[in-house]
Amino acid sequence: MNMIQAINSAMEVMMARDPNVVVMGEDVGYFGGVFRATAGLQEKFGKTRVFDTPITECGIIGVAIGMGAYGLRPVPEIQFADYIYPALDQLVSEAARLRYRSAGQFTAPLTVRSPFGGGIFGGQTHSQSPEGIFTHVSGVKTVIPSTPYDAKGLLIASIEDNDPTIFFEPKRIYNGPFDGHWDRPSKNWSGHEGGAVPEGYYRIELGKAAVVRPGEAVTILAYGTMVHVARATIEDMGIDAEIIDLRTLVPLDVETIEASVKKTGRCLVVHEATRTGGFGAELSALVQERCFYHLEAPVERVTGFDTPYPHSLEWAYFPGPVRIGEALKKLLKD
Amino acid sequence: MTADGSRPNLPPLSLHVPEPKFRPGDAVDFADVDVPPAGAQRRPDTAAAPDSFHELAYTLVRVLDDEGQAVGPWNPRLTPDTLRTILRDMALVRAFDERMFRAQRQGKTSFYMKCTGEEAVAIAATHALASDDMCFPSYRQQGILIARGYSMVQMMNQIYSNSGDVLQGKQLPIMYSSRDDGFFSISGNLTTQYPQAVGWAMASAAKGDTRIAATWCGEGSTAEGDFHSALTFATVYKAPVIFNIVNNQWAISSFSGFAGAEATTFAARAIGYGIAGLRVDGNDALAVYAATLWAAERARTNQGPTLIEHFTYRAEGHSTSDDPTQYRSAGEPTAWPLGDPIARLKAHLIAIGEWDDERHAAMDRELAEQVKAAQKEAEKNGILGHGLLQPLDSLFDGVFEEMPWHLKEQRQQMIDEETASGRPWARKS
Ligand SMILES: Cc1ncc(C[n+]2csc(CCOP(=O)(O)OP(=O)(O)O)c2C)c(N)n1
Repeated sequence: MNMIQAINSAMEVMMARDPNVVVMGEDVGYFGGVFRATAGLQEKFGKTRVFDTPITECGIIGVAIGMGAYGLRPVPEIQFADYIYPALDQLVSEAARLRYRSAGQFTAPLTVRSPFGGGIFGGQTHSQSPEGIFTHVSGVKTVIPSTPYDAKGLLIASIEDNDPTIFFEPKRIYNGPFDGHWDRPSKNWSGHEGGAVPEGYYRIELGKAAVVRPGEAVTILAYGTMVHVARATIEDMGIDAEIIDLRTLVPLDVETIEASVKKTGRCLVVHEATRTGGFGAELSALVQERCFYHLEAPVERVTGFDTPYPHSLEWAYFPGPVRIGEALKKLLKD
Repeated sequence: MTADGSRPNLPPLSLHVPEPKFRPGDAVDFADVDVPPAGAQRRPDTAAAPDSFHELAYTLVRVLDDEGQAVGPWNPRLTPDTLRTILRDMALVRAFDERMFRAQRQGKTSFYMKCTGEEAVAIAATHALASDDMCFPSYRQQGILIARGYSMVQMMNQIYSNSGDVLQGKQLPIMYSSRDDGFFSISGNLTTQYPQAVGWAMASAAKGDTRIAATWCGEGSTAEGDFHSALTFATVYKAPVIFNIVNNQWAISSFSGFAGAEATTFAARAIGYGIAGLRVDGNDALAVYAATLWAAERARTNQGPTLIEHFTYRAEGHSTSDDPTQYRSAGEPTAWPLGDPIARLKAHLIAIGEWDDERHAAMDRELAEQVKAAQKEAEKNGILGHGLLQPLDSLFDGVFEEMPWHLKEQRQQMIDEETASGRPWARKS
């Protein structure tokens, strides 16, 4: 399965298991979503459980909150993460705080799915990585898979979770893993260990990172597309790095991070989002706080630049193997 | 520029900035507020198409006339007992508001908001709804809780953020929340409740339930994007929801013109969405009741949403932090042509021989005592000024269903700080 199919399968499994799960969003119904992630669901589960919505993200999330308060488990789709901003207030001030402000009387068990990240010539408005906005908000969980297997297990866990969850889907790897070299033909998921996806129900607990590749020389913290780019880079360079796929940013698996960095003594943080105030800054600070006396070099960050995502120059923006390689050389200098 | 590149001989453009009719010091004359006679508006069948009664969005549905009689097709023909209950609830909210406003002035809490002059909007509407319909109120519909018999002591506990506060001191005073009473948690962010109410109503419809949702916002708040998103959703899915716009003329210091009132009515917002729209005399409890009942019947029979503009007046300040004499004429509240909702219902009950001044005065005294007793009771649990009344570590409860490590760590840090400081704060664990 590719990641889209895995995501589709997760929703199908959950809709069959729980009559309260509903899927909503722009074009998700009859058509099955612009990325086809919801394809076939309306046919199987009917129009009152899978339906198209008006183009109002604030409305989609606000309505989903009301449905959640009623007792449903809405899985709203925001067509591109770039369009989540009109819904930001409903997410940040409402969904994230409903449990807190009502002392548990009302909750918003939403799973907001949204394709994010660049590398598809999406320009400024189809490429952004806004995860740092949500990790900064108390009361929402942020989940980002890097393989079809994880995508399904994590999405199922998110839908079952009683807290609002932002589920960002790295669209550059919807169809296959990606090594960061834009001019190489892309692979598909067949043959990749993460591409073997069981048909039925299984879940991956939120808050548990995966050690994608054990290693001794340096710890690389990554998520989504960047897991694959980092992996290709160290394989090309022949570096014995330990790659940790965070999988959920909130809650974060700090134990796995800490154990790894204490072992390797070096840490590289990679993400595609803009640098300043990004989640990499949080990771870097956490590592300094917890592993300072084990560090043999300052924590390095490889990120997107603090500019909007440029259309024609997107590969210059993209934190690819070159930028990651330079950072690794610096980290491993002595 | 014209096609040949020359400039036309028009005067330059000018920008229109709305200005209210009266400012502090001005004499008030509301003669241009169009108040049609009570009973003059038709009452369409609840199955009628919204576009067949557009005129009802531009007039005022009124039942109580100047003689205190209930007239016309919208008269809900309530029994004297029901009328007295509504009167009593309105008077109770007013007494409650009075007492809590003073409590804030006495430093017992940080903040309070009255609904003086608007009591009919929440009270009469609640009595026209079923007790298990879900309300998504704004901060000025405390009347819903009163009308549903919610404990005043609980309300005060919340206002005081004291040890009896079911919201654990996590919300601003008056931001109540009672799931069991069909009262959704109030947000301080205006109009966010509008799409939420639609979502709840859609869920109810999708589940084949019989309950409907109702929501309220101020006229100023209709400018928020959420308002328009909600109306779009509601009309698209024919959601069983009642939208209430409480047009009390003022949004803090901005008059209704800044939400678009110069151009049209707020009820007319419904027309562009194909939603049923009514404009109602919001100080006429019977009109509010009748309109709500009508809208509820439409919702319950799958006729979809209704938008009701309640034309009323905010007789007092926006909140305890506001001084309305700074921006509007002091004469406005008394000159308001639709009168006072309590006085009007009282006059009606007297006119039909079911009430008198003595009974009313006795009721007011009794309600004042009731509120006072509740206050005494609530203050046993403490007031905001009395230091921390919540278990300290409850601060971290409810961010997530289960507390993740980073919150546990921060909680521990806080407890350690407290222990080190030797402050005698209560603690749960
Ligand atoms: C999103 C948002 N913007 C601004 C405010 C600040 N604010 C609180 S009440 C208010 C005026 C609201 O007026 P209106 O909607 O007419 O309701 P009323 O207070 O008259 O009942 C404003 C601007 C807020 N609470 N939320």
